Amino acid sequence: METVGSELKQVQRSGIPYPQWLNVELTYQCPLHCVYCYNPIDYAKYDQELTTAEWVRVLGEARKMGVVQLGLSGGEPLLRDDLEEIVAEAHKLGFYTNLLTSGIGMNETRIKRLKDNGLDHIQVSFQDSTKEMNDFLSSTKTFDLKKKIARMVKEYDYPMVLNVVLHRMNLDHIDKILGLAEEMDADYVELANTQYYGWSFLNRDQLLPTHAQLEKAEAYVNEFRKRIGDKMKIFFVVPDYHATRPKACMNGWGNIFINIAPDGMVLPCHEARMLPGINFPNVRDLALDQIWYDSDAFNIYRGDSWMKEPCRSCPDKTKDFGGCRCQAYMLTQDATNTDPICDLSPKHHLVTEAVAQAELLKPNVEIKPLVFRLNKNSKALTENRAPEEVIP
Amino acid sequence: MSEKKPLELTDTMEISKHFRLQWEEVPKAYVLLYPEGRVQLNGSAGEIVKRVDGKTTIAAIAEELQKTFNEPDLRKDVLAGLEIAYGNGWIRVKTSAA
Repeated sequence: METVGSELKQVQRSGIPYPQWLNVELTYQCPLHCVYCYNPIDYAKYDQELTTAEWVRVLGEARKMGVVQLGLSGGEPLLRDDLEEIVAEAHKLGFYTNLLTSGIGMNETRIKRLKDNGLDHIQVSFQDSTKEMNDFLSSTKTFDLKKKIARMVKEYDYPMVLNVVLHRMNLDHIDKILGLAEEMDADYVELANTQYYGWSFLNRDQLLPTHAQLEKAEAYVNEFRKRIGDKMKIFFVVPDYHATRPKACMNGWGNIFINIAPDGMVLPCHEARMLPGINFPNVRDLALDQIWYDSDAFNIYRGDSWMKEPCRSCPDKTKDFGGCRCQAYMLTQDATNTDPICDLSPKHHLVTEAVAQAELLKPNVEIKPLVFRLNKNSKALTENRAPEEVIP
Repeated sequence: MSEKKPLELTDTMEISKHFRLQWEEVPKAYVLLYPEGRVQLNGSAGEIVKRVDGKTTIAAIAEELQKTFNEPDLRKDVLAGLEIAYGNGWIRVKTSAA
């Protein structure tokens, strides 16, 4: 690798920052069927997963480029029986390793082995605070098992990070969710209001909360924070549909973050696969540094020369980068448009109309069937057929 | 944060549980790593925090830095630097230290 050629390339590459975060989606398979999953609707067709050796090679390439934070996610990463091996290699390379899991597939042998192999952190996701809602939203019977896994995380001295995705159907249980976190002695709690991509976009109308729900939940979180103090760090991810300025998505396209899908496709975020006309490279064909620095896919939305008005002349463009390219595409069918979350966007009404519709409904009233994330639904939707199974 | 007692030169500090300090070759800097987070330390902060080992008192860290960088008195700077790290929860007082 240390050749004159690669040094020359470094010079050409000046101006592009090195990546800091790598998220590897080890598999799209998952025992849960969450209605708000952000994986692609057509995930079932990407089943040519990278091998252990391929992942290990890519991790080495990423580490050389300067990446230090590694997310191991999916799907459910525990479904890969080489997870322990991948963790061991990542640890040897000097990554800080974060496992993002539902906990399903974890047991005492594996959690110990992962610890021995150098895993730094386990984030366990819960769907809600009660057995009934957790099991309903994920279309499984997993609540008690998850509680058991959360206890094991503590026992084996991992930082305990609890993740709960919030939406219309569980926001009103925020007191019980935080109660559950306290009971489990969580060190960090991520309360992530749903972002509407993939399956959650499909189910958006049923998941969008009302303003009143959000305000009440946020007020409760602030009160809880005051009471609990330094003991627990709580992150409340603000829902962008209820905002007037877009999020600085991924801190900018190709700026700090790389996502690698199970089939080896390299993406600047979890969702970009949906964007038409971009040829996203694969680690099976190209080295990761070539993809990051030189590929059209990673350069297309770097900087601001691609921007249209109102972004182009907006002083905030260096702060929010025009928002999310995928959201712009999903809502306006043009990824170079301003993210319609922004109230300066001429298409902002697309967002306010969706939120207004949510206001008209009583909380927790279903307006159309929920579509669960199932292999057969993925296949049906990919082939433009109606999903076969709704609210199982 | 505010209810924490101010640090004293006689205190011995250690890196907080679940935090990791490591040298990174690409940015040529020390970074503190924790769940889904990364803080890059500047040159002087790195020099101070890398000496936080759960054994050396703050006064002794200052003394060592004074020798290394040939400075007359760094005690105030070291205390101020460690206060920031302490306030952020990156380091903690080693309670069992003699």
